[in-house]
Amino acid sequence: MTGPGPRLAADARSVADASDAADASGAGGARRAGGVSGAGGASGAGGVSGAGGVRGARARARLAVVLPPVVFGIVVVALWEAYVQAYDIKPYLLPAPSEIWTQFRHSFRVIVDTSKATGSNALVGLVVGLVTGLLAALVAASSKIVDGLLAPIAAAMNAIPIIALAPLFNSMFSTTSSVPRRLVVAIVVFFPVYVNTVRGLRQVPDVQRELMRSLAVGRWRFACTVQLPGAIPYLFTGFRVASSLAVIAAVVAEYFGGRQNGLGSRITSAAANTAYPRAWAFVLAACVLGIAVYLIAGLLEWLATPWRRGSGSGSTART
Amino acid sequence: MTSTPPQSPAAGAASDAPAAPSPHDEPTAAVPDPVAPDPVVPGTAVPTAAAVPAAVPAAAGPTQAVEVIGVDKVFSTSGGGATVALTGIDLTVAPGEFVSLIGPSGCGKSTLLRLVGDLVEPTGGEVRVFGEPARAARQSQRYGIAFQQAGLLEWRTVAGNVELPLQVHGVKKKERRERARELLELVGLADFAGHWPAQLSGGMQQRVAIARALAERPPLLLLDEPFGALDEMTRERMQAELARIRLETSTTVILVTHSIPEAVFLSDRVAVMSPRPGRITQVIDIDVPGRGPAPGESGGAPAVEDAVAEAEDVREQAAFFQAVTAVREALRAGGGS
Ligand SMILES: Nc1ncnc2c1ncn2[C@@H]1O[C@H](COP(=O)(O)OP(=O)(O)OP(=O)(O)O)[C@@H](O)[C@H]1O
Ligand SMILES: [Mg+2]
Repeated sequence: MTGPGPRLAADARSVADASDAADASGAGGARRAGGVSGAGGASGAGGVSGAGGVRGARARARLAVVLPPVVFGIVVVALWEAYVQAYDIKPYLLPAPSEIWTQFRHSFRVIVDTSKATGSNALVGLVVGLVTGLLAALVAASSKIVDGLLAPIAAAMNAIPIIALAPLFNSMFSTTSSVPRRLVVAIVVFFPVYVNTVRGLRQVPDVQRELMRSLAVGRWRFACTVQLPGAIPYLFTGFRVASSLAVIAAVVAEYFGGRQNGLGSRITSAAANTAYPRAWAFVLAACVLGIAVYLIAGLLEWLATPWRRGSGSGSTART
Repeated sequence: MTSTPPQSPAAGAASDAPAAPSPHDEPTAAVPDPVAPDPVVPGTAVPTAAAVPAAVPAAAGPTQAVEVIGVDKVFSTSGGGATVALTGIDLTVAPGEFVSLIGPSGCGKSTLLRLVGDLVEPTGGEVRVFGEPARAARQSQRYGIAFQQAGLLEWRTVAGNVELPLQVHGVKKKERRERARELLELVGLADFAGHWPAQLSGGMQQRVAIARALAERPPLLLLDEPFGALDEMTRERMQAELARIRLETSTTVILVTHSIPEAVFLSDRVAVMSPRPGRITQVIDIDVPGRGPAPGESGGAPAVEDAVAEAEDVREQAAFFQAVTAVREALRAGGGS
């Protein structure tokens, strides 16, 4: 073994450093690209001052994500319109997109008002369900007894369609109350949040447990330093599922009577009056509302988990 | 300064300000401070006992850094069976000593390290660390550990991970920052302080874990294959750093490794283990000259380049090859029986 002299060893060291720098800056670049496209338009000002080539590549990457579904949507709507026109389909079967759009513009004020009513039901229910789900998960994860009690109840409750409770809740409260709807939403939201958060709080990797044990930290410190932050991605997985369920629950809960101020009640009354394009216009509004809430949930997740702003699968995948 | 082992006059002098930067900081800024000494009564520091707590038992002789006495470890498996991970382990590590554990995969090296760190409990026998039971030693933060997997917290930046031990023990933010910067420089990751762990390569993560283990200047370092994921050049540099840290701070080190040259280069003794059931078959004293404090009158620690260069010289000695051969033979004998 004729070892390299001191000179060579020193050089080798700087080579190692340089390669480190190169590989990590590559990762950093990829992360930023992914992060910005993940945020949608929300972080327009957050453009990192990079090389022009990087920016161009990023714009192209974003376009590649956005363009296909947009094109697909346009094609589907065009085919739908053509089909309805060509075969002269009756509106009660399927109204033309152009007709729905006309109704949408015509009733825009009402749509905005009813969307607000339904949207606030969904949001209030979402917040209540999120907070209670989170608290229940914290308690369940810290106490075996409570978990033993909650787990079977949660499983049983999860098996019944919560929406079926809506008429019952309606009869419990006054007819002008929004509480029954919010309650339905809160219960629907509770389960995915609870189940996912409990899982996250439990799944602390052994290394992290041992590390904290080696540092001789108490239970409370352990919870704050490792358990809770580690559960955040799980919490948001549940929350994202819950956010789309929330709007569905808020709309459908209105189908069972009660206050006539939301999208769901307008859909039923328009359909009852054979105003089908109008009913579809409200359905369209419900879609928009659902997407908006889902995007807000996604944005919150993006803000809360800066370390996972990788390019999709880049970061540690947690279900 | 490097020529003087820090045990002697320096140990007493350093006891006043555990966290104060070392007064002889030199240009590379990669010099770790001396081990944060425990409240040693000034003037009573015995050379071999620099890292021993004040509450030394009255028993005669210097307290050992680590004593593993007749330890067995049996893991019960879920199917009702049992894995005998370790049997009849006896190992004593003197303060300031560097001992490597080497042996085939699955022979219980990591388990032995965990026992010393009180992360698993022995089925039989006793583990003492600096004269205390392992549990008490863990609770009073006598060791720093780097696991086989880096085990970084992915929601903390690189610097945040290095600061973790300091933070959970209530060290002030400014001090933490400073210490993290110093350590990241030491492991060659100064530019990555703000990165997320997921943005680092495996070897880089491993180095962050080493920095984290060093953060509180523990008197005992437990390292589980810390350089396993590194390329040869980075590995040699890290080895040189470790050797230097250890000499300057008289830290006791137990290192698990699969590399015979690494074990020989760094260690005072190499414990060779064999599997099924895991036990120590042989402990080999390594006596390769030239690894100690570099002879010379220079005021500062050698630059890393010098240390790496010196390491080259060591590795070319006949004594080095003899030691490597001895360990290899011991491994072969253990595996064959
Ligand atoms: N937590 C555990 N539960 C059950 N068995 C375990 C556990 N940890 C280790 N073992 C068993 O103990 C034995 C020794 O494991 P250990 O991890 O100490 O080996 P090792 O020498 O570190 O191996 P390697 O070099 O591959 O890291 C193995 O047979 C392993 O299956
Ligand atoms: Mg191991």
